Amino acid sequence: MRNSYPAWLYALIVVVVLGAGLYAAPNLFPEDPSVQIGNPMTGEIDENIRDLMGTILGAQGVTPKQVEEQDDGQILLRFETTDEQSAAAEILRNALDDNHTVALNLAPATPNWLRAINGQPMALGLDLRGGVHFLMEVDLEAVIGTAMERYANELRGRMRDERLSFDTIERSSSDLTVMFGNEANYEAAESWLTREYRGELEWDVRGSGDSIRMVATLDDDHLTELRRQALQQNISTLRSRVDELGVAEPIIAQQGENRIVVQLPGVQDTARAKEVLGATATLEFRLVSESGDPMEAAESGRAPSGTRLYRERDGTPVLLQRQVMLTGDYITDASSGIAQDTGGPAVFINLDGQGARIFSRVTSDNVGRLMASVFIETTTETVEEDGEQVLRTSRSEEVINVARINEPLGRRFQISGLDSTREARNLALLLRAGALAAPMSIVEERTVGPSLGQENIDRGMQSVVIGFIAVMIFMILYYRVFGLIANVALALNLIFIVSVLSMLQATLTLPGIAGIVLTVGMAVDANVLIFERIREEIRNGLSPQAAISSGYDRAFTTIADANVTTLIAALVLFLFGTGPIKGFAITLSIGIIASMFTAIIVTRAIVNLTYGRQRRLTRLAI
Amino acid sequence: MLPHLNFAESNIDFLGKRKITIAISLILILASIAMLATRGLNFGIDFTGGTLVEVGYPEAVELDPIRETLAAGGFAGAQVQTFGTSRDVLIRLPPSEDDDDPAMLSNRVLNALQDGGPQDPDLRRVEFVGPAVGEELREQGGLAMIYALAGILIYVAVRFEWRFSIGSVLALVHDVLITLGIFSLLQLEFDLGVLAAVLAVIGYSLNDTIVVYDRIRENFRVLRKQGTEQVMNNAVNKTLARTIVTSATTLLVLFSLAFLGGAALQNFSIALIIGVIVGTYSSIFIAATAALMLGVDRQVLLPVKKEGAEEDQTP
Repeated sequence: MRNSYPAWLYALIVVVVLGAGLYAAPNLFPEDPSVQIGNPMTGEIDENIRDLMGTILGAQGVTPKQVEEQDDGQILLRFETTDEQSAAAEILRNALDDNHTVALNLAPATPNWLRAINGQPMALGLDLRGGVHFLMEVDLEAVIGTAMERYANELRGRMRDERLSFDTIERSSSDLTVMFGNEANYEAAESWLTREYRGELEWDVRGSGDSIRMVATLDDDHLTELRRQALQQNISTLRSRVDELGVAEPIIAQQGENRIVVQLPGVQDTARAKEVLGATATLEFRLVSESGDPMEAAESGRAPSGTRLYRERDGTPVLLQRQVMLTGDYITDASSGIAQDTGGPAVFINLDGQGARIFSRVTSDNVGRLMASVFIETTTETVEEDGEQVLRTSRSEEVINVARINEPLGRRFQISGLDSTREARNLALLLRAGALAAPMSIVEERTVGPSLGQENIDRGMQSVVIGFIAVMIFMILYYRVFGLIANVALALNLIFIVSVLSMLQATLTLPGIAGIVLTVGMAVDANVLIFERIREEIRNGLSPQAAISSGYDRAFTTIADANVTTLIAALVLFLFGTGPIKGFAITLSIGIIASMFTAIIVTRAIVNLTYGRQRRLTRLAI
Repeated sequence: MLPHLNFAESNIDFLGKRKITIAISLILILASIAMLATRGLNFGIDFTGGTLVEVGYPEAVELDPIRETLAAGGFAGAQVQTFGTSRDVLIRLPPSEDDDDPAMLSNRVLNALQDGGPQDPDLRRVEFVGPAVGEELREQGGLAMIYALAGILIYVAVRFEWRFSIGSVLALVHDVLITLGIFSLLQLEFDLGVLAAVLAVIGYSLNDTIVVYDRIRENFRVLRKQGTEQVMNNAVNKTLARTIVTSATTLLVLFSLAFLGGAALQNFSIALIIGVIVGTYSSIFIAATAALMLGVDRQVLLPVKKEGAEEDQTP
């Protein structure tokens, strides 16, 4: 009896092994510490800026070893050492204006021929490269309140235009009420309201006579759509804020119904990242009311009709008109600087065309009057209510500046009255990046500093290597030649895991490394089963060749059953796990599947080639 | 060269001593349940919510000055301990009810330590889990465990027979309960990583059990003249060398992970080490016993064929 595989199977094994080796290869090349320069506004870096960067860096003695333009228009400067990298980033941050972002990055140094066949190194998780992971929860209930406010404003205007009379329109956080004052008004308006707002608002009639009123709540489908839009807008706002922070390769993605994951590799200043991501600050401009006494209003707590009571930063009450002149939505650009008149920190604001038209009309109508800039900040916190953890949103509105309108204001103007340059910088950034449609709060954070990340890689790799060597020595001592063959399979298994992770661009995390280590221990199990079976068959009196054949055949169903059950467990881990659990499940699953190939087919091929042709084989080194 | 483990001729009567092994397992399980009920698990912030800050100091530090600095900074309930080395310090803060902005707590802690502490520390790690998220992770973890068990129950029932399916799940519950019991006894921290390890124990222990069951099924076909108990004993003996060798290689890498993998992987590896040892015990002493007591015999596995079909089968 002989043991051999058909020639095509040997060829297939060689091809698969070479392919795996090829796609695992990019991981052998170290990463370059690099600096990434971008311009989120235009998406491209000017030729002049490029020359400028070269000159400045050259003058400081920090020359990049390579300069590349990336597909997204960003410029990548590679350096020899991390010291050079951070020095260069510091220099460039000071030299370039607000529009440019400067981010630290570790750029893979994959050679071009490997990149040509799409070879990439594994992506390292935040626990290995350092960085911040935030899970943010969006308060979607707040969307209802915002929508009700918008509808109330719109109805006041449109009903007047349609000459439909009403007493008042009041809104709460969940509905709005139109008070008609008499039945005639109600009858005139009823059909118009239901027709015009079909699919958006659901109307309900309550009361009669002079207390007759219509109460509107949001249509369910419409509410779902509003929530979806709010979440999408929050994601795109977050994206532009992250661009402003200057982070290479950020991940921003929806998770579940109302959550957003933000991963910022390499970010050091987590305090600033949190401030910028979570803040919902915007500006509103209102005219200061000329009637009414703010002091009196502050004491009684009742503002005269058509006005609202605000406070300045020092606590002074001020009455502003209920009507908003302009909201922050029209702002296209904002930058921080020093106010020309007072010398204090200021924000310079640019409006879009429509905003500029509105603003120049309202300001030219009101030259000589006082205008207030209202700084609105929304924060959310988790509070306990009836034993349930709920998000509570609170909104603070402060007048940061009151100034006389000396001339009509247009496209570009300045706001002063900010406390510090840091506040001016943050406000400018938030105005540039747009407002959040609904308030958010951070419900989970995982930050890993860069030193710990490197340590995790080093220790993880060390334990993989040592564990690996220990198992290999054991296998050789216990199974001799067959142990050696199993070790080849084990090494291949490791290469397979690395190459599949690289091809899928799955993220390698510390638990992922633990998964690899565990796989190493378990991958030899298939070989142990086979080898023990071969020994048993020899003891039963089979010839070596027959024992090999029968050992592999009989062990196969056992290996398959045992591995499928472990795969089920790994799959469940993958589906239900988050973060660390998922990383572990991925490497464990890949390892189990790869081990079926390496431990059964590859070892059999080697055994066949070693012993299969010997007709007079009398004993096996097993 | 290592001597071969040869249990081919040995005929250790594992099932005959089932009164003893079951008694041992029952005692361990009851002790574990009692432990879990009274002391409970030392849940990490993944499950309880709260904030954890790890800082690294340039030189070894005393913990008391750090505690004082934190107390002075108004961080009530801060737990301070070293982590791995005497230069690494771990600070845990319970979830706070009246904090306006719990996500910023870690920044305030770091600022306080940098301003007032004995040396200027580096931020190594921050974990903040909001109470709602902690509760969800706990629920998801429990669900994952139940779904994994259900999936395995179904697969084994399809590939073998329902009695085997129950037997393997009994062995799993045995392994998981004892592992958790030891975690509760030693009050080791139970976080997401340890949960992953417990789930991996499920996979591993099952692997072992299935190998034994597979051999039992094969033996019923081959050893036609022997009784159920003998057939099962033979299966456990025949797979004993493999069970021991595989556990040994797995333990080799796990010890490497526990000693060299750093503090972050310590509890994860400990959970797996306990699980692998208990899992090896259960696949030798409990898996076959459970199958026997659930009434597995030759008829169950190899049902007598109907009369018409049997004629073709006769040699």
